[in-house]
Amino acid sequence: MRAQKPGSINDSRQRPAAPAAPRPPARRRRGPRRWHTALAGLVAAVMLAACGGAGTWGAGSSDQIVVAIVTNSQMEDAISLSGEFEADNPDISLRFVSLSENEARAKITASVATDGGEFDVVMISNYETPMWAENGWLVNLQPYADQTEGYDPQDFIPTVRESLSYDGDLYSVPFYGESSFLIYRKDLFKQAGLKMPDEPTWEQVEGFAAELDDPSKGLSGICLRGLAGWGEVLAPLDTVINTFGGRWFDEEWNAQLDSEESAAAIEFYVDTVRNYGTPGAAQASFAECATQYTQGNAAMWYDATSAVGTVESEADSTVVGKNGYVQAPTQETEDSGWLYSWSLGIPKTSQNADAAWKFLSWMTDKDYMKLVGEEIGWEAVPPGSRLSTYEIPQYAKAAQAFAEPTLTAMKAADQEDPTVDPVPYVGIQFVRIPEFQDLGTRVAQQISAAIAGQISTEEAIAQSQLYAEAVGSTYQEGN
Amino acid sequence: MTTTAQAPAARGASPAAARGAGTDNKVKRREGWNRRGPLLPALVFAIIVTQLPFLFTLYYSLQSWNLVRPGSRQFVGFANYIEVFKDSVFRGAALNTIWITGGCVLISLLIGLALALLLDRPFPGRGLARTMLITPFLVMPVAGALLWKTTMFDPTFGIVNFVLTPIGLGDTDWLSSYPLAAIIIALVWQWTPFMMLLLLAGLQSQDRSSLEAAAVDGAGPMQTFRSITLPHMRRYIELSVLLGAIYIVNTFDHIYMMTSGGPGTASANLPFYIYQRAFLGFDVGQAAAMGVVVVVGTIIVATLALRLIFTSFTEETS
Amino acid sequence: MSTPASTTTKQPSTPSEPTSAPSRKRGGSAGGTAFTVLTWALALIFFFPVFWMALTGFKNEADAYTETPRLFFAPTLTQFQNVLDEATPFAVNSLVATTASTILVVLLALPAAYALSIRPVKKTQDVLFFFISTKMLPLVAVIVPLYVIVGQIGALDNIWVMIVLYTAMNLPIAVWMMRSFLQEIPGEVLEAAEMDGAGLVKVWRHVMIPITAPGIAATALICVIFAWNEFFFAVNLTASASSTVPVYLVGFIASQGLYFAQLSAAATLASLPVVIAGWIAQKQLVRGLSMGAIK
Repeated sequence: MRAQKPGSINDSRQRPAAPAAPRPPARRRRGPRRWHTALAGLVAAVMLAACGGAGTWGAGSSDQIVVAIVTNSQMEDAISLSGEFEADNPDISLRFVSLSENEARAKITASVATDGGEFDVVMISNYETPMWAENGWLVNLQPYADQTEGYDPQDFIPTVRESLSYDGDLYSVPFYGESSFLIYRKDLFKQAGLKMPDEPTWEQVEGFAAELDDPSKGLSGICLRGLAGWGEVLAPLDTVINTFGGRWFDEEWNAQLDSEESAAAIEFYVDTVRNYGTPGAAQASFAECATQYTQGNAAMWYDATSAVGTVESEADSTVVGKNGYVQAPTQETEDSGWLYSWSLGIPKTSQNADAAWKFLSWMTDKDYMKLVGEEIGWEAVPPGSRLSTYEIPQYAKAAQAFAEPTLTAMKAADQEDPTVDPVPYVGIQFVRIPEFQDLGTRVAQQISAAIAGQISTEEAIAQSQLYAEAVGSTYQEGN
Repeated sequence: MTTTAQAPAARGASPAAARGAGTDNKVKRREGWNRRGPLLPALVFAIIVTQLPFLFTLYYSLQSWNLVRPGSRQFVGFANYIEVFKDSVFRGAALNTIWITGGCVLISLLIGLALALLLDRPFPGRGLARTMLITPFLVMPVAGALLWKTTMFDPTFGIVNFVLTPIGLGDTDWLSSYPLAAIIIALVWQWTPFMMLLLLAGLQSQDRSSLEAAAVDGAGPMQTFRSITLPHMRRYIELSVLLGAIYIVNTFDHIYMMTSGGPGTASANLPFYIYQRAFLGFDVGQAAAMGVVVVVGTIIVATLALRLIFTSFTEETS
Repeated sequence: MSTPASTTTKQPSTPSEPTSAPSRKRGGSAGGTAFTVLTWALALIFFFPVFWMALTGFKNEADAYTETPRLFFAPTLTQFQNVLDEATPFAVNSLVATTASTILVVLLALPAAYALSIRPVKKTQDVLFFFISTKMLPLVAVIVPLYVIVGQIGALDNIWVMIVLYTAMNLPIAVWMMRSFLQEIPGEVLEAAEMDGAGLVKVWRHVMIPITAPGIAATALICVIFAWNEFFFAVNLTASASSTVPVYLVGFIASQGLYFAQLSAAATLASLPVVIAGWIAQKQLVRGLSMGAIK
């Protein structure tokens, strides 16, 4: 066999360039030495490079700040402007790690919980901040904020500031804040002779969606998130559950996802998406909805108030100026918007807390808002973090259509009491317990599967209830 | 295994045995170390890097340990294992693993065999055609998965739906409605060239004269294929199945990039589900227990499979 | 890609040519042409996604986002430039991890393969079994302790961790492959060298390495491919400073809106080194992928 193969295959079928056959003796003499030299050179080069790489990771960390962030338009703007910060602070260099929401959460949580120490600044939210502060994983930012001249932490929107505090101290600072509201296409509503009320109910919204949905024209009635992930599909869905009178747990930590009200809300949401949602809704996150809506493929979009940055962006959107904004649709409660803030914190493991704070304060300062407005555009200013932002004349003008609905929604969002019936947890679109990140994701997977039609909504609810019961029971034992 | 071990050993030992006949114990011992010495660095390295972590996996699997709930770490015996066996998603993921591996290996083997047969004949531009055919295998898996998720399967802007529109299937949302099928398609695209390459090598190692003899005897192409080519190819087919299975059973990149195991957990296989339990659920104990269960399962399957691979490999080298 | 002219001449052994010619002819023009057309059709289908990926990389986003895919458009290099700007640090990490791990693999595997072939230790089969079994065990079973251990020694996001893991990952294949190459060295050559009183080092330098150099190259190529493409360890154990090219591509799954053109450019560039290497060394690829079992 050996005799046959190298001969027949190598000689005839070999691509000419391939060096498979033994070299002729003449070259064999010189071969090894050259080979050795080349190899030695390569080894040296690579080891040097590896050391260099290790160096930037180890020793270089004295002035390098590694910032872990969630990819979105406001963050991309911040990255593009960060050169200005580096110019002002030549001793600090920045390195950004931008990840999608689910990935960012996983990576940041793993790193912080295990004292991994890869990051000096992490983008977290009002879900993580108080819990992580309690665990001692975050640097207390209140002293920094108080000592930094002109930083004015009292200027942060009160609901946001409170949601990022533990024992009265800020442990992360808001980059932007958001509630949720309903965006709709004024032009399409006018064409169809429809009128959007100022405070719509979900039933009305469903009616509009049915009216406007027209797949033959590539137009969907409403864009709603469907991607699995507690920060994805569960965010809007939880507000629907709340306003339908449902809740995750009752006061004794009994899971309530299969209660009449919760189940009705989940079914309503899934049916609406399936009937009038966008194609691929089960994979749709904020980003996909943004693409669909700004490309004119959806008549309504219920999502974060921060969506305005994309919707009204001349560069990305084909529907600039055609949009109306109203409060989150309700059913049983008075208002239903969520409260969320992407905020920046410093893990305890950071070796460069002072330098990290410099960057944090730069990015969340009043001046940063002006910088974004002047350099990128006033509609791109990070909304919902500082009250003073809304007093900048240029911003007020650019944000005429949405500034007021945004502020109203943010001020109304009450993390302590979002539901009809009382609950033992804090949070509107989340349950602030450490297990929720996992529980929420698993429930979201079920909902997403129901939206995709993989399982029935009843099955999804039943399985979700089981997950919630398992988590709830650990709190019952604890009490 | 003991029988097959003889072949290579005997072959290599012959010169040394001839030389070393009648030497004393000391020389023998030194000889033994001379033989073992070169092996040790690789062996020790492999044991430290691959086996040591697994001991930790065993240890963690007996603990209740959630990374995001500090102070929760405690010894719980086999409770994690009981949870694993009660977990319907884990069973679903196991089933998905079987579907993905089985489906992907089978389909790419069949297409690969067809392509190998087609390439094993002269035609204009054969080298170019072969080069084009192996390219999918060379594309970085993450890049390939990204490509399929977006430019191919995107419900609005993807090519697949554009091509299918004339036959009325243009509205399919592949990744949501048929996530497993979508993943298998992307994997088949990536792995068919691999199968094709191995099988082509097998075809080209055929003894031409027996084929020609069959042709002279008036055997039709089908008959020749069944009676001569297939028996000859058996070893190559077995090897393709085996190696394909080794790689595909560990598929992670495509699921991570294309569906994240969704919708729900519809397309999660075991590697992805365990990854989720570990890095999204932060449930170290349970993820470790799942890892152990998977390893035990793999060992059982692999022991059966390895008998096969060893026949294949040692026949080859003998 | 027009080089492999030699592949069209099928038979190396001239005697068989005459006899095989008639049978070919009988399969003949009609059937033969049909098969050729079929082959080309399949080749084009399989190649199309790659072609489309490269093509889309030359579009601007507006041309990439059309419900009727555009074949003709004004090409632009913007996307490739953007990607090159962003991805260079990732590429450097990939290069370092790939090269260093490949060198380590060769340095470890070559002696091991020697011990398993030329002068085999006892229990050769058991050792081979062990190496291959490490390849079969699911990586996911060790990722949790790896993460915890690596975190505890403060080495998360360190390129050396990647180098060590990639070395371990490729070692089994390399040992198997090199063993099969070493076994091809005719016993007489070694015996002759030993009779001449050449020491081990001399035998290596003047006999083994020259003969097996192509095999070492083939092994290295396979290791390079697997290390360059590796994703699972990279995505879990690196964060920024040592992230490799596949991790860079993850950034495209859910950025604000979708960027088909840019992600296509990124995917093209990420795949390019291995695609070219694989095109050049198709034959070695077979050998490597089959761990030396098929030549």
